[in-house]
Amino acid sequence: MAQRFTIGDAVTVKFIFPVGHVRTPPYVRGKTGVILGCHGDFRNPETLAYGGDGLPRLPLYAVGFEARHVAGNDSLSPRDRVVVDIFEHWLEPAA
Amino acid sequence: MAESAHDHDQDHRQLPPIVMEDHELTYFEKQLTAILNLLVEKKIITLDELRRTIEENNAATPAVGARIVAKAWTDGEFLAALRQNANAAIAGIGIRPDRLTEAKIVTPVNTESLHHVVVCTLCSCYPRLLLGQPPDWYKSEAYRRRVVLDPRGTLLEMGLELPASMEVRVVDSTAEVRYLVIPRRPAGAEGWGEAELARLVTKESMVGVAEALSPTAVLNG
Repeated sequence: MAQRFTIGDAVTVKFIFPVGHVRTPPYVRGKTGVILGCHGDFRNPETLAYGGDGLPRLPLYAVGFEARHVAGNDSLSPRDRVVVDIFEHWLEPAA
Repeated sequence: MAESAHDHDQDHRQLPPIVMEDHELTYFEKQLTAILNLLVEKKIITLDELRRTIEENNAATPAVGARIVAKAWTDGEFLAALRQNANAAIAGIGIRPDRLTEAKIVTPVNTESLHHVVVCTLCSCYPRLLLGQPPDWYKSEAYRRRVVLDPRGTLLEMGLELPASMEVRVVDSTAEVRYLVIPRRPAGAEGWGEAELARLVTKESMVGVAEALSPTAVLNG
């Protein structure tokens, strides 16, 4: 599948809370990070978990967030990052 | 799925109870038993496949991961291959981490300026075929919450103090990738072979909550 994002792109995780087998941790929803890389295309766990085939495969990105931004704690080191693997349909270009 | 008469007979045997404890089955134990019975009855798995998978999972130990780390420390070509495609590199030395799932293995390398520590905040995703079963602290809510909220503070509590100049990356393993951290190679083990180096590599160091052991500690231990 063609990748919508490339390394260095600023992306915001959708601030939505669908019910079901979702692999996007709630703590990054609504947060903005940077694409660090793409792991390739994988079957979608959100349909795979319910007897579906998980197709089409979707790009899975490593997205880096500032740790202090994720934790809402400015006393954390500005160097530190939390890296989360997020499927493409959860990401939007940062405003 | 083998379809011999023998397997057929076996499929209709009652599954043994999942737990042999002196307590009523919990809700989840009952659910597990019911799902297992259904999977066998509908011929999606056989009891023999179940037994074999449990045995293979239980047989996996951190020694598998330690072998990968020791080779990465000594063999630059292997390290480059790991970065390129870890599943293929690991299969290339006779380890099959990808047999059960399509999980992709990634091996972040800890350096003097960058430290990786792995968590699964949603459950307890862990490279089980490379490291064995995850330790209890890895599955605890305390670790899963706190390492994200305060990475350095949590590592310090676990006995690892990292210099302020070093970047800490908390890697949340929630999707399709399983992470095996390559710890920094400790000084004082120059000239050691792979088998000796592997003795320095603990599961904690491959999750990133500790350094590899010091050679003197291992030699004196």
